[in-house]
Amino acid sequence: MAGDATLELQALVSGAIRRHSPLNIQGGGTKQFLRPPGSGETLDVTPHHGIINYEPSELVITARAGTPLREMENALAGESQMLAFEPPHFGEGATLGGTLACGLSGPRRAHCGGARDFILGMRIINGHGEVMRFGGEVLKNVAGYDVSRLMVGAYGSLGLILDASLKVLPRPETEITVVLTYSQTAGLAFVSSLARRSLPVSATLVERDKVYLRLSGSAAAITAAHKQLGGESHETAAFWNAVKEHQHNFFRIERPLWRLTLPAHAPLADLGGEYLIEWAGALRWLKSDADPTRIKKYVREYGGHARRIDGADTAVLEHADLPEPLMRLHARTRAAFDPLRIFNPGCLHPLL
Amino acid sequence: MYVTQGYHVRNAFLRQPMNSSAADYSVRKHHYASELATFLPREAIIDSPEELAPYESDALTVYRSLPLLAVLPETVEQVQRIMRWCRDNRVPVVARGAGTGLSGGALPHRDGILLVLTRLNRILDLDPERGIARVQPGVANLAISEAAQPFGLYYAPDPSSQVACTIGGNVAENSGGVHCLKYGLTVHNVLEIKVVTIDGDLITIGSQSLETPGYDLLALLIGSEGMLAVTVEITVRLLPLPETARLVVASFAAIRDAGNAVSRLIARGVIPAGLELMDRRAIEAAEAYARCGYPLDAEALLLCEVDGCPEDVERQIALAREVFTGCGAAEIRIACDESERLLLWKGRKSAFPAVGRLAPDYYCMDGTIPRRRLAEVLERISGFSVEYGLPVANVFHAGDGNLHPLILFDANNPGELERTLEMGSRILRLCVEVGGTITGEHGVGVEKINDMCAQFNAAELRQFHALKAAFDPDGLMNPGKAVPTLERCAEFGAMHVHGNEAPHPGLERF
Repeated sequence: MAGDATLELQALVSGAIRRHSPLNIQGGGTKQFLRPPGSGETLDVTPHHGIINYEPSELVITARAGTPLREMENALAGESQMLAFEPPHFGEGATLGGTLACGLSGPRRAHCGGARDFILGMRIINGHGEVMRFGGEVLKNVAGYDVSRLMVGAYGSLGLILDASLKVLPRPETEITVVLTYSQTAGLAFVSSLARRSLPVSATLVERDKVYLRLSGSAAAITAAHKQLGGESHETAAFWNAVKEHQHNFFRIERPLWRLTLPAHAPLADLGGEYLIEWAGALRWLKSDADPTRIKKYVREYGGHARRIDGADTAVLEHADLPEPLMRLHARTRAAFDPLRIFNPGCLHPLL
Repeated sequence: MYVTQGYHVRNAFLRQPMNSSAADYSVRKHHYASELATFLPREAIIDSPEELAPYESDALTVYRSLPLLAVLPETVEQVQRIMRWCRDNRVPVVARGAGTGLSGGALPHRDGILLVLTRLNRILDLDPERGIARVQPGVANLAISEAAQPFGLYYAPDPSSQVACTIGGNVAENSGGVHCLKYGLTVHNVLEIKVVTIDGDLITIGSQSLETPGYDLLALLIGSEGMLAVTVEITVRLLPLPETARLVVASFAAIRDAGNAVSRLIARGVIPAGLELMDRRAIEAAEAYARCGYPLDAEALLLCEVDGCPEDVERQIALAREVFTGCGAAEIRIACDESERLLLWKGRKSAFPAVGRLAPDYYCMDGTIPRRRLAEVLERISGFSVEYGLPVANVFHAGDGNLHPLILFDANNPGELERTLEMGSRILRLCVEVGGTITGEHGVGVEKINDMCAQFNAAELRQFHALKAAFDPDGLMNPGKAVPTLERCAEFGAMHVHGNEAPHPGLERF
């Protein structure tokens, strides 16, 4: 079948296993900045591409890992549907496999769910070179452990993703963006309070003195919500795309860039820099020259996680991120899939 | 789920090794009880057969087994000590909540202890500002929504047993409910859990942020049927109560039309909060039972609930009416007030007991299929019904493609239970063959362990066992459930069918 490189990929993986030689999994190469440079041979997944099955009335799409996200989004748009976790591309050629391996979600995350929430099934190759299928194309499935969701955000360390089935959603009939004026602290409090209100909000952004809200739904519902919230209208598609793809002005200044994930209620600490806040307060970008130890200490205190993401040359996680006995479970989980550490060793964590 | 009415089939299909004599059994029981009493209050240990009797099964009553002992810890620390004791003494341990499970997941192990978590039943924290609740595993599902209600919030997953079933059990089974097409399953609504491992370690999995560093062990543990760790605390996300909810009921002269209406409605961009389908036998039974005003001349009835802000609800009601009319609906009713809405739902919600009045026993299946295969699968189930001479009623979550065929039978008739179980297995394998699954929401437990051999091949099953061993190297947690051994599959001789990859997919299999 055109675009199906399962057997070729399986042969490459089996060869690497025989030689005990690590593999550095690569799709479109758009997310290299999120991970340390791989030490092994490059395993190019892009020959394994194409949409396998798309049934709009089932709300399900199945595609191979090397399929460009763009191709999937275009197919979905043709049927007025979308990937509701709105993944960032970070460049031309971003693939489905890379997006899932990195577990990336966009502006809708706090309102509709993240990449892991839309996974229905996967086909993978494990570290024994076996092709396996977990989950499927149906919306409810509790047979066996949820291996496909476990692959999301594992940075390839539990196996090579071959194909994935995702739940998709109808595109909203109407989307508008309104902008309100708030101090950043008050803006954070406002967006984090949205969780307990029935408003058709599908994205939030808190800048220095502005709050941007994207409203999605039927035209009548949007009009009603706009009336209730007030605020000026603002451009929508290009604006949120720029936020998602880090083309917003905030990301243009050369200072260390940190990605903080926090409970939405965590206070806004003065960490000697500037914030841009998404996900109703749960995702905060920080540009700061502050001592990394100080940033991490603050974030951990509130049960969150901080990571410097510009030009990453270290593993995604560090020792302190996975304290014992959680680390032990991670190591054993890794070994259950890939005992020889063939796939992306040291990429997620130095010991994994 | 096998529901027997006034007739018990004790241990009919239960094979557990009798590896010890009765005297030895009794000695061990007393020895274990006295050891556990060194760190548990005496009243937390149940050892007499009379007191153990209520724990011999969950809601799948065809499988029954008494454990050596049941323990009812009141603190997390006690759970940790129990688990460590089980590990050190290599004693099997089965966790249990309210025992409402439908697949025998909480069936006790004859040589093990039953860890009953119902005394861990406090809501520890409910924070309306943050929209979260932190609860112990023995809290009933509905109790969370009731506690959140004064703040205009609720917990979305609503399994039909929600009055009684515990949130700990929901986590173990990844429970769904009527509203999961729009609001998701347990895995979509739990933020963080605290678990105790077989080593007695207390570990926090997930977080109150939207992302947690490391593997998504939260997704792995939710739905793992008590095989990997024991959940002792759960933080759930609460949602604002919908402003409005309205119900549309449409009747159809052919079940195929109703099935098509489901697909077309969703293709039109409507995501109903609930979308339920009942066939003629179910409609008649429900109407006779609940007197809810269902049309008795219909072959199929669709109940479609939409919720949200009034403007969105209006728009979706209009679309639903248009789609149902286009698909040939004979009659469309829109509940005009809350009491009519609740009355119309009452028929659906009482459909299982209503169907139960039609025969001495019924067996409830739980497979999921792609919605587009709905009509075809229902027709093939009718074919099985004729072949086995057993009537079937269908009531199910059409929006999710989650079927619940109810096979009616009489266990008093020799061989009828066996025929029923065989027909059930045929239905599940049909689900796998059309690209679906053997269980949508009830879990594998002991009930569907053989059917797992049809859904997964040897490599996949080995992978599951490797994952199990990563958490529980000695296989002490809920042994014998959820994932069959490869030997068992070889013995069962199931044909492994994988969606379109079944051998000769074009052939009818009867």
